[in-house]
Amino acid sequence: MQSAISLSLSSPSTIARSDCTAAAAANSYICTPRSLRFCGLRREAFKSKSFNSLSVSTRLLPCSRNSSFKKVCAALQSNGAPSKGEFDYDLVIIGAGVGGHGAALHAVEKGLKTAIIEGDVVGGTCVNRGCVPSKALLAVSGRMRELQNEHHMRSFGLQVAAAGYDKQGVADHANNLASKIRSNLTNSMKALGVDILTGTGTILGPQKLKFGKGGSGDTIITAKDIIIATGSVPLVPKGIEVDGKSVITSDHALKLEFVPEWIAIVGSGYIGLEFSDVYTALGSEVTFIEALDQLMPGFDPEIGKLAQRVLINPRKIDHHTGVFASKITPAKDGNPVIIELIDAKTKEPKGTVEVDAALIATGRAPFTQGLGLENINVQTQRGFVPVDERMRVIDSTGKLVPHLYCIGDANGKMMLAHAASAQGISVVEQVSGKDHVLNHLSIPAACFTHPEISMVGLTEPQAREKAEKEGFEVSITKTSFKANTKALAENEGEGIAKLIYRADTGEILGVHIFGLHAADLIHEASNAIAMGTRIQELKFAVHAHPTLSEVLDELFKSAKVVSSSHVAQPVAV
Amino acid sequence: MSQLLHTTFVPTTSPSLRRPLTRTAHNPTWALQIHSKIREIFMPALSSTMTEGKIVSWIKSEGEKLSKGDSVVVVESDKADMDVESFYDGYLAAIMVEEGHSVPIGSPIALLAESEDEIAAALAQKTSSSSAITTPNPAPAPAPDSITSDDTPSAITSANVSSRSSVANGAMGSSVHPASEGGKRVVASPYAKKLAKEYGVDLIGLVGSGPNGRIVAKDVEEAAAAKASAGGASEAAKSSTVGAALELGSVVPFTTMQSAVSRNMLESLAVPTFRVGYTITTDALDALYKKIKSKGVTMTAILAKATALALVKHPIVNSSCRDGKSFTYNSSINIAVAVAIDGGLITPVLQDADKIDIYSLSRKWKELVDKARAKQLQPHEYNTGTFTLSNLGMFGVDRFDAILPPGTGAIMAVGASQPTLVGTKDGRIGLKNQMQVNVTADHRVVYGADLAAFLQTLAKIIEDPKDLTL
Repeated sequence: MQSAISLSLSSPSTIARSDCTAAAAANSYICTPRSLRFCGLRREAFKSKSFNSLSVSTRLLPCSRNSSFKKVCAALQSNGAPSKGEFDYDLVIIGAGVGGHGAALHAVEKGLKTAIIEGDVVGGTCVNRGCVPSKALLAVSGRMRELQNEHHMRSFGLQVAAAGYDKQGVADHANNLASKIRSNLTNSMKALGVDILTGTGTILGPQKLKFGKGGSGDTIITAKDIIIATGSVPLVPKGIEVDGKSVITSDHALKLEFVPEWIAIVGSGYIGLEFSDVYTALGSEVTFIEALDQLMPGFDPEIGKLAQRVLINPRKIDHHTGVFASKITPAKDGNPVIIELIDAKTKEPKGTVEVDAALIATGRAPFTQGLGLENINVQTQRGFVPVDERMRVIDSTGKLVPHLYCIGDANGKMMLAHAASAQGISVVEQVSGKDHVLNHLSIPAACFTHPEISMVGLTEPQAREKAEKEGFEVSITKTSFKANTKALAENEGEGIAKLIYRADTGEILGVHIFGLHAADLIHEASNAIAMGTRIQELKFAVHAHPTLSEVLDELFKSAKVVSSSHVAQPVAV
Repeated sequence: MSQLLHTTFVPTTSPSLRRPLTRTAHNPTWALQIHSKIREIFMPALSSTMTEGKIVSWIKSEGEKLSKGDSVVVVESDKADMDVESFYDGYLAAIMVEEGHSVPIGSPIALLAESEDEIAAALAQKTSSSSAITTPNPAPAPAPDSITSDDTPSAITSANVSSRSSVANGAMGSSVHPASEGGKRVVASPYAKKLAKEYGVDLIGLVGSGPNGRIVAKDVEEAAAAKASAGGASEAAKSSTVGAALELGSVVPFTTMQSAVSRNMLESLAVPTFRVGYTITTDALDALYKKIKSKGVTMTAILAKATALALVKHPIVNSSCRDGKSFTYNSSINIAVAVAIDGGLITPVLQDADKIDIYSLSRKWKELVDKARAKQLQPHEYNTGTFTLSNLGMFGVDRFDAILPPGTGAIMAVGASQPTLVGTKDGRIGLKNQMQVNVTADHRVVYGADLAAFLQTLAKIIEDPKDLTL
């Protein structure tokens, strides 16, 4: 992909006006769908498309005669100089993760002169140490699991000789994917003319900040608006000694330096669950240590229960719930990793566990140190930057800090890559003069186990609580993957989809899916929530047969809406 | 997801060779039994496809009072976890199946006493594992793999039930979680713990072969295998005493499986059989076994493989006589191995044992044994054997004689390998491990010379087993 980009940028030499070619390149980016919001994984597909459209346009269309190109030329020119002249930049984003990247792209589209400061590598946690490399490992584990399941293979009539894996090959795949996505992200910003400033960004005062390696060599710049998008790092509770070898965090685990025979995973949320999928597929045995009384807190209880029956019980996994790992000592001198457990409530000792390795997946802590928040009188709460619903930063007196926003893991509202990107876009909308409030309930989440888990909106207990407060009735309907033709063809009938809704209005409160490709299926529901589409309207939408999407089709159709409100009939065109 | 259970299904088909366990079709969930006011609580059938259920948790504890409609236990079926509620008032007198254990549907899981006074009686009933608790269906089923249910339970004592409840008692003792226990702690890997629960192996006292002496899956599997063989022996010994504890003088009809065995044994009388024995030195085989045991290879698989390789050279021994007029030369070598299971005997088949490598064969064998234990063998997995192996060596039997199963040409009885003082041709004496094998064959197709040649080949393979691992 990198070669495609460099080609597109070298083409200006063939025609006279180089800025128009750049504009054409920019134009083709702007025209393409903004698929980068989701971890940039689909970048590759549309990059080649943009290259094609570029070669066509440079050959066939003299760019000076194309009005839309002119407009973008203007936008690019304005990116060369701030609109009002009093600041170095219209928008400076601290942190080039997925959130910062999404904001930067949207800012350029809105004609803002934009810079992004990155002290480490472009792509942030998601691309380098999070969702992207973990998906590479999960892709491997999914196949391993399938190939090892003789019964599953035989039911297809397939015969497979003993499946094995090469650890280095698996690790390389994850690493290559991360670097590919990273260069895609970097190139996409460079191509749009976003200035990538290297170093640590520190806020000096209102609309003023510096970047660099620290000390006197730092450069001071001014910006009309500033977005903090510094993200997070793995949270390591006290008492736990991480040595990066036998006691590790997700950062180390993704490098897959060794596959232990027995690994304890502290925390059974998304991260822990995904790693348990990877490790058990590669032959490890896993012990979960969960502080809450049940595994998989945060998931809808019913989905969690089913997921436990499929993802945990039949696998080589056991668990201790309701306990904290109060002390973890790494393996040394031939001794195993020793984990001391205490009761989560009474703090009484609950014995010890001896394992070959321990993965700390207790969550993520915001990375907000050294941001210079004290210079503008902002106090973090447990490290998080306090913000209002428009991501505007709130100072210690409870007042909004003008022209300062914080998105993504650093504000802790919803610690997901695509949520950060959505928040960034929302902020750019606001600074370019259009009010926008992001509906976090429409942001889907997914856990890429085999099968996958995905959700959007409220869980059943949350919906019932809300219903009690607001005085409406919650209705629930469920469909099984067992009834879906495509799922059965794949021999993957295990799974359910659950819809939580208001029968009186047809409003979707939440959708939870556990089953094959659940992470891809959820978007029909999340889009419906975002657009405010009612179930009675969705019932008329057509789904291709036979596809997994019919699981949702059936789900919507099985909902009983008693609403008297008029349903807009689609108009034929 | 607390789905209350009011109606249940009686499974009409069963995928397996199952002894009839559903005793009372009119109310399979809470069958009322004859003995005083003590009722048995059975594993309910929560779905039409459920064959066994796992106790997730007991909501009530022993001695607790129950009212009709109270949830008593959470059961995990093949589909969901469900709360099961009581249909009667009373006291939960005794829990017979501990949390985490699975039992087939219809098995008793607890006893319910009507009044507090009867709790003691119920406990006695549970521990003595005697007295007429339930009745297995006495009507022999037409096909060995179908389940029948009888609307009129008769009051005949059953040895099956008592042995079942004693199994449950035994399992209870081993269900302590050793890793969290202070003092003498046991470290076992998650899979080892899972297997231990499944096989009812007590982790305490097991010697671990993993890092730092940790108990790993392999250790539990070995212990389970040892236990199964020891259990087989003691069970046989026990059956007479258990029988004595039951109502002497009563007549107990055969179960479906026992009827099938009886029929086959009678049929075998129509076949003219003869026997040829051979003594084989096993030093090399024992050394090989020691070497590849860690890769999950079992002795059964090794013997099956050796036999299959010998059969390749002697197809006549793999043939059979179907009609008394002709030879049927079988195209594949399928080694059936006799396995004692609760209340009977079954012969899972290692198909194409000559073609499959020893490691795959061992895995296949493990799978078959698991299925046999769960009574889920498919017909082709137990009735396609062309040659049968019966091994009683693990019980210390040094030689025995097997009955030829109808439809096959030969069966080999394998005795224990024992250190034996042997004189060699060069005039020395030495200690060698030797085992005796004894083949019973159908003389209509297999003659003495055939068997002799076959056994010679087999002895050669076993005494120089390098080909087995190819």
